[in-house]
Order: sequence, then structure tokens, then C-alpha cells
Amino acid sequence: MSLIADIPKTRNFPNMGKYRGLMNAFIGMGGLLVIWWLGGRAVANDPDMFAFADFAPAPTMARLWVMVTTGEVLDMAGPSLYRVGYGMLIAVVIGVPLGILIGRIAQLREITNIPFQFLRMISPLSWMPIAVMGFDTWDGAIVFLITVAAIWPIVFATAAGVRRIDPAWIKVARNLGASPLHMLTTVILPAVATDIFTGIRLALGVAWVVLVPAEYLGVTSGLGYAINDARDTLEYDRLSATVVVIGVIGFALDTLCQKAIGRLNWTRST
Amino acid sequence: MIVSGVAHSYVASDGPVLSGIDLTIRPGEVVALIGRSGSGKSTLLHILAGLIQPSEGAVRIGGTRVTKPSPRWIMMFQAPSLFPWMTVSQNAALGLRYSGQSTGVEDRVADVLSLVALTEFADRNVQDLSGGQQQRVALARSLAPSPEVLLLDEPFSALDMFTRQAMQQDVRAIAKRLGLTLILVTHDVSEAVLMADRAVFLKSGAGIIADDTTVDLADAERELSSTAFKTELGRLNAIYTTMQSS
Repeated sequence: MSLIADIPKTRNFPNMGKYRGLMNAFIGMGGLLVIWWLGGRAVANDPDMFAFADFAPAPTMARLWVMVTTGEVLDMAGPSLYRVGYGMLIAVVIGVPLGILIGRIAQLREITNIPFQFLRMISPLSWMPIAVMGFDTWDGAIVFLITVAAIWPIVFATAAGVRRIDPAWIKVARNLGASPLHMLTTVILPAVATDIFTGIRLALGVAWVVLVPAEYLGVTSGLGYAINDARDTLEYDRLSATVVVIGVIGFALDTLCQKAIGRLNWTRST
Repeated sequence: MIVSGVAHSYVASDGPVLSGIDLTIRPGEVVALIGRSGSGKSTLLHILAGLIQPSEGAVRIGGTRVTKPSPRWIMMFQAPSLFPWMTVSQNAALGLRYSGQSTGVEDRVADVLSLVALTEFADRNVQDLSGGQQQRVALARSLAPSPEVLLLDEPFSALDMFTRQAMQQDVRAIAKRLGLTLILVTHDVSEAVLMADRAVFLKSGAGIIADDTTVDLADAERELSSTAFKTELGRLNAIYTTMQSS
């Protein structure tokens, strides 16, 4: 007992009881708003920069409200979500089976290791010229860039999960007469479901980051286009409101992935 | 079950693990394969289960040659290795699911869970169970496809003494009730005396050194405290020691 007593308690200051998490989130968001507001004040008071004063929180929020109520936010986000969703779907359809094969077959792992690590380190945006040449439509090129960005975290997370599968589970399933399909559906996929979703979560983070610059390409819809358009028309409140929309959607998608990971996680926290 | 001329070498090892194994096991018999580690007893059991192909010889169960795992002969391992993302009844139903059975699965699972006294745990996650209970689920999972032969690879060695003893008695009772042929591998002579009708001794490099040692005990005498048990244990221990040193 004395040993436990010797360990200093983690300090939570101030003590906010069961609302601690919520309060701390508010403190963090409040801090961010204050920094944004101070930046806006500094810009507005600078004779060289006052033209950009609409970046400040108040004009941004006012514009955001208009964008939400007129449905402009949905019009901007719809095409972007479609492109990210399509690119992610292709990345999952290719990445998960590839990850399982790499995790299960040592020789394939050795063959693919160097080429895949090499490809992974190339910024997805450096494929932009090739994507533009290779695809008939701008949409096709953007989906390709998102797929290229998203596939690696999914492949590597799935493969790592498959390698950690307890060999005894495979042996038990084989002993009970499992076919390869049974092995996949009752052992491998449930065992690595959280790894796959962790990969998808990472991939979604990268894909969402790649989306905006990818939409600077010829398309006339989506969040990246909206940012470029707002800059060209000098509507800085619309530009910063679009940035807020990008952040909020990204955060929401990440939260959804975290929830899925939580639901699929079969390990008991002790 | 007829084992004829089975021999096996692992590619990496320098000599055969098993050679010239001949063995006939009658239906419903409980046989213990006893030997020290490295005697090849576990390899032999894997061959009997169809999980390893022998380098030479063949195993036949009821006339069928064993070349792969089957719901007719099922092995139970040292660790329960249950699937932690499933409930007790889902784990128990696995073998039935793999054999494509779709009707009567629920009833069969209920039957085997009641056989291992886990009915009330059917919907619990297996991670909430104790080690002994988990091994009971593994037993239920092995029994569900109604195998003719159950092969046990030291399945109780990770359990505490009291749980182990209860499991040993229960498994023998269940096997006898269902008319199962039970083949268990152990390095513990007392486990063989508690559970088996016949003891088969293996020695590293020499294969089977005695295969007809009958365990002459009534079910009621299969208790660690009974005098008859102690006498029988002493007799088998003496045979084992002599065999190992010869």
C-alpha cells in the first residue's frame, strides 16, 4: 500500500469533476478563438494589412451563418465529400485485400516492402501532373490523387494487424474444418477490424488534407475550389468561413472513425 | 483407429521425431500417450488430427484415411484459444458453422453448453470467463460437431490443480457418456491414471515402448485420494521410470 501512496497523483487543475473533459475542450476552443481574434485585431489595425480584416472571427462567423442558411455549405461540401468518399472506397477495396495478403505471405511482404515504402514517401500531390494527363476528367484526377494518398496507411495498418493474429486462432479454425473463406470472415477480418479502421482513420486524415490542393485543379466545385474562388474575388470572410467548414467536416469524419474503432475493438480494457 | 508404420521428421531437425509407430485404438477407448517433452507425443497427436502429414505410414479412423482435419476427429489444445470477439455460444457453434450446418445449430450448442455446465454463460463474452470456464468452452466447441474421436493435447496443464482435476473427471465422464474415443497426450502419469483406460508410453527416438498398459480402475476409484488410485499410479510410475531408463 505504501508503494501506491508514494506515487504522486496526476494533477487536474482546476478540479472540475465529471465535466472535466467538456470544460477542457471549451478552454481549448476558447483559446483558439482568442488567438484568432487577437490576430484579426492586429491585421485590422495594420495600415498595410487592413484589407484582410474580414479574416477575423466576427465577419467569418457572420458569413458562415449566411452560407449555412442558404445551403452554400452543402453545395461546397457535397462534391468534396463525394470525391473523398470515392477515393477512400477505392483505397479500401484495394488496400484491405493487399494488406491481408502482405500480412499472411512472408515472400510477398519481402517483395513489396521496398517498392511500397518508396511509393509511400512520395507526396501524393507530386502525382498531380501525371493524374491530369492520365484522366479524362478533373474529377477522375482528384479521386486518383486521394486514392494514392489514402491507400498506404490502409495497406500497412491491415498488414501489421494480420501479422499480429494469434497463430493458435488459425490452427483452431483449421482444426474445426474452416475453409479459406471461413478463415477470412470468422478469424482474419474480425481480428484485424480495428487495425483496418485505424488505417482508414489515418488515410482519411491524409485524404482530407490532399483534397483541398487537389481541388485547385480545373474543377468548379468543392471546398478547394471555393477557397481559390474566394481568394480571387477578395471575399476573405467567405475564405475563412470555408476554412472553418473544412476543419469541422474533417473533425466530424475523424470522430466517426474513432467511434467505429471503439465499437469494433474486442480487447477488454482492464 | 488404426495407426500403421507412422514416421515423421521435421525438415529442420536432424533425426526422425517419430518412427515405426503402430497402434490400434478401439472405439470408445480412452488412451493416454505419455512421454517426456521431445518424445514426439504431441507430433503424433497432430498427425492423428490430420494437422500434420506423416513422412511415412498412415492413420485410419473407421476406414477413412486421415489426411486433413475433419469434424469427425477434433483436437483440443493446451490453450483454449477462443475468439475474443465472440460470445460463448458463438465460439461453441464454430465447428457447426464451418461444416455448413444451418439447422439445429442453436439446439446443438445449447446441448453441449449444458454438457459442460455453461448454459447460463451462453451470451457472455468469453473474455469475462475464468481459465477453467474458457477451457470448458473449448471443450464444448470441440464436442459440438459430434466427433467420433477427441484428441487432447495437454489441455488442462494451464489450469490450477482443483480446476484441472474437475475437468479431468468431467471430460472422462462426458466421453464415456457419448461413447467418444478419447486420446490424450500428457507428461503427467497421474493424469493418465485419472482419465485413461490404457496408457501408451513413448520415448524420444524409440517411438512407442509400451502400448498395452491397462489402467485398471473403476470410475469411482478415479480420485486422487483413493487407495486404488495410489496403487495404480505407483504401478504405472514404476513402468514409466523403468522404460525411460532402459
